[in-house]
Amino acid sequence: MIPAQFEYVRPGSLAEASQALASDEDAKVLAGGQSLLPLLRLRLAYPSTLVDVGRLDELKGVHDRGDHVFIGAMATHDEVMRSDVVNAGCPLVALAAAHVADPAIRHRGTFGGSLAHADPAGDMPAVVLALDGVFVARSARGEREIPAADFFVDYLESSLGPGEILAGVKIPKLGEGWGFHYEKFHRTAQAWAIVGVAAAVKRSNGAIAEARIGLTNMGPTPVRARATESALQGMELGDQIRQACEEAAADTSPPSDLHAQPDFRRHLARVLTHRAVRTAAGTP
Amino acid sequence: MDAGLVAEQIAESDQINEPAGALEVGRPRKRKEDARLLTGRTQWTDNITRPGVLHVMFLRSPMAHARITRVDVSGARELPGVVAAFSGQDFAAEQGSLPCAWPVSEDVVIPDHPPMAVSEVRYVGEAVACVIATDRYRAADALEAIDVEYEQLPAVLDMNEALTAESPKVHEAGNKAFSTKITSGDLEAAFRDAPIVIDRTFRQQRLIPTAMEPRAVMADTDGESFTLWSSTQIPHVLRVMLAVVTGIPEHKIRVIAPDVGGGFGSKLQVTAEEVLCLLLARKLGKPVKWTESRSEGNLTVHHGRDQIQHIRLAADADGRIRGLQVALLADMGAYLMLVTPGIPLLGASMFNAIYKMDAYEFACTGVFTTKMPTDAYRGAGRPEATFGIERVMDELAAELRMDPLEVRRRNWIKHDEFPYTTISGLTYDSGNYEAATDKATALFGYDKLRAEQGDRRDRGDPVQLGIGVSTYTEMCGLAPSRMLGEANYGAGGWEHASVRMLPTGKVEVITGTSPHGQGHVTSWSQIAADALGVPFDDVTVLHGDTAIAHKGMDTYGSRSLVIGGIAVLKAAEKVKDKARKLAAHMLECSPDDLEFAAGAFKVRGTDSQRTIQELAFAAFTAHDLPEGVEARLDSDATFDPENYSFPHGTHLCAVEVDTETGMVKIRSYVAVDDIGKVVNPLIVEGQVHGGIAQGIAQALFEEAVYDADGNLLTTTMADYLLPSAADLPTFTLDRTESPATSNPLGVKGVGEAGTIASTPAVVNAIVDALRPHGIHDVEMPCTPERVWRALEGRAQEGARR
Repeated sequence: MIPAQFEYVRPGSLAEASQALASDEDAKVLAGGQSLLPLLRLRLAYPSTLVDVGRLDELKGVHDRGDHVFIGAMATHDEVMRSDVVNAGCPLVALAAAHVADPAIRHRGTFGGSLAHADPAGDMPAVVLALDGVFVARSARGEREIPAADFFVDYLESSLGPGEILAGVKIPKLGEGWGFHYEKFHRTAQAWAIVGVAAAVKRSNGAIAEARIGLTNMGPTPVRARATESALQGMELGDQIRQACEEAAADTSPPSDLHAQPDFRRHLARVLTHRAVRTAAGTP
Repeated sequence: MDAGLVAEQIAESDQINEPAGALEVGRPRKRKEDARLLTGRTQWTDNITRPGVLHVMFLRSPMAHARITRVDVSGARELPGVVAAFSGQDFAAEQGSLPCAWPVSEDVVIPDHPPMAVSEVRYVGEAVACVIATDRYRAADALEAIDVEYEQLPAVLDMNEALTAESPKVHEAGNKAFSTKITSGDLEAAFRDAPIVIDRTFRQQRLIPTAMEPRAVMADTDGESFTLWSSTQIPHVLRVMLAVVTGIPEHKIRVIAPDVGGGFGSKLQVTAEEVLCLLLARKLGKPVKWTESRSEGNLTVHHGRDQIQHIRLAADADGRIRGLQVALLADMGAYLMLVTPGIPLLGASMFNAIYKMDAYEFACTGVFTTKMPTDAYRGAGRPEATFGIERVMDELAAELRMDPLEVRRRNWIKHDEFPYTTISGLTYDSGNYEAATDKATALFGYDKLRAEQGDRRDRGDPVQLGIGVSTYTEMCGLAPSRMLGEANYGAGGWEHASVRMLPTGKVEVITGTSPHGQGHVTSWSQIAADALGVPFDDVTVLHGDTAIAHKGMDTYGSRSLVIGGIAVLKAAEKVKDKARKLAAHMLECSPDDLEFAAGAFKVRGTDSQRTIQELAFAAFTAHDLPEGVEARLDSDATFDPENYSFPHGTHLCAVEVDTETGMVKIRSYVAVDDIGKVVNPLIVEGQVHGGIAQGIAQALFEEAVYDADGNLLTTTMADYLLPSAADLPTFTLDRTESPATSNPLGVKGVGEAGTIASTPAVVNAIVDALRPHGIHDVEMPCTPERVWRALEGRAQEGARR
């Protein structure tokens, strides 16, 4: 299919971009285009205007900001995956970025784009949620910070307001003693996750001091496996971890599609959480 | 032109010829076509344009089954850039009915199949109207302005239900398209008191052929004659059929299949879009073009497979097969297209496969449903048959607690028994199942893997190992015309070639085959180079344009080399016969005194010779031709084989099944194929790689899914999963060589072997891994969810007891 007619603007500044969005409620931001263009081509979306943010340098790059890493919204998945700053400061993001689709898409698709698209099947939302990232949105009204827990509102819906553009995300550095893993379960290499588990685990004296677990594609938004996180806190490493991970699917409402029914997704969430936690904790 | 100078240059260039004995056939030549194809410097139909070309888009039915009560295209006609818009009614008088060339039985029902629906739609995606505009964007916009009113009719989706008396009807004549039965031997006796009877039902899921290049059509006219470019496998058949369907005389139609990016049988078709583009060009007097989107293709490229196979096998206690009974339901979809009803019947003589038995019965009922019609898809009927028998052989082995290779050994035709006439009546000319199997088991490390499997079972490892066997054969080289006639097929199975000697000694081969990825330009060059003793690079191959390659039966069914390649060889031999007469005249000797080697005729026992290039030039100048020799060496040949060819082989697959997630990972895959003599081992390897990948895809990934209302759910590649290299193991390939006796090159064809063999190898491996869990089958594709549910189902049963 080919898209319906739309206007196209390529602003030179964030202010201009914000204005273009604020003045037209049917306008859409075009970043890497890896999610938006298929929607246009299938005529599932009919935006009036595409606001191409590809020329906005302030959205680009990855920056070490001391206690956190700031990943610009226009950083591509490939940049994120290869960035020394990301690999040192928030390695889970780099680990997961390597699982996004295929190399061609990783070179075009952007970190911020996949987050703002708010697809719970995307790999990045659960990761940023698990790491308690802070979203930085800009508009004519100025800058606003949104905690990850408040950013994802519903399926394909974020809390970005009219005229607001995602500038980037602050990912807090977790310090010493943390291990990470992203466990993605999919049928083919390029496919979306049927279920994904992002785990950050802090070890201390043979036990788990703290665990943060984000789940991909287990509901209309990415979710934290809070019950498992609590159960794991202070738990000694061993077989009992599996027990704690049995709670991983609690309070989730996974979707039903051709690849999996909800009960299978819940089962996978439990098995994969166990694997992710064990790997993150460095126990084979 | 100075004849002497040219002749001298030709003689010089001749010196760089390969030394005698360095045959082209058998060399792993890189493909001549690849640089061009891979860099996109090529001619896909969509890249070809004509001045003032208009773009066609079709409005397609959103309903599986409905009466069309009103179509209003006036809204579309008013939009900017729109040149015309038509409903099916507008074409009712001229569009004819899409052809079915294979009325397989006396009782076959061939319903009227208008290219654009007029009064009723019978599957989601059926064209109901079209827009012709100055560009595709405007055409797509205009589709949204067409108003269609439907009166919904009940969808017919399940084959078993479709055959009940209460079922709604797809066509007035009912939902049964045809039924056939073939019996050989005393089946009743074979099953009576049989110590072992295996009774299984398997489902061959519906697949969507996914060629890299989507379909595309362009049609143009000068007011009198017509040219149609199409991404088709069958330009020659298409030309005949377009003439029959539209009434445009055949000699006024030229069909061109330019470079074609894959087909797998899906472009072995006469499509609605081809007929309609031709008629639109006639109506508007302008060139028109249509290129499908991938989603449009998933809906409306003919689908493949879709059978329910009920198989019963009777055996003695020592594993010897007594009898085999096969009953198929084959989903035709909504209409019978070019060879739709023949597809399941291509498996009719293949369920007995490589095995000896006392009795055999094959029955098949074709069923209409409100889905996209099915038709040829890589292997066409033979993968289904091979899957059925190879799965059942493993079930027999399990029942006997016998190694699956051993149960096959006890039943297969031994190598010293060839030629062998099977229970279904085919005569296999050559083969050596023992040799292929021995080679495969050695490469695979069969015994070591069995030991590891035992270890994992004993340990209760959550990742279980399974080993799958597939000792397949197939009939290919479609087909001896006489046998096609017996099967009531509407055409012959011969192939045609011309070899032209150009004045400079270069060679043009014109082939009736229509390559769409097979590398015919390379392989035919190798055959011609050997036959004529000319350098490989001096040969070019022309194809796919009915004005250039005027005769042909095109490319499908692993026929091109086995039939078309032989036609090239025969034509080249005729060139040589003509050249011999001329050489004898020039050398003033008898033709019998000449020997041909390294591209030259030489008088025996002397140094006097004339190269084929010199002879080509002498024929061109025609200054001194002997009586009865015309001014050209060019020759034509047509080859029609006496028999099918029968490639075979042993494929072994090891899978790791994660019993916690249901994920199947192929750990190793060994394929030892016997395809007779090989022209180009590199091309063979490519065919086997692609073929295995496609068969694995059926086992693990692909499935066309319709919902309860008859909507296709798998319209994108996010839903219809195709594996990529990242999802496949490294294949270990080897060959044995039992030359075919039905053609002078001893070749058998390799286009479909990998696909036919690999699906049962993978599923057998999965079931083998899970047998200790009480699992006897997993429906294809064996997704993680299906494997998990199979494991869970067993667990639940255990809990209830």
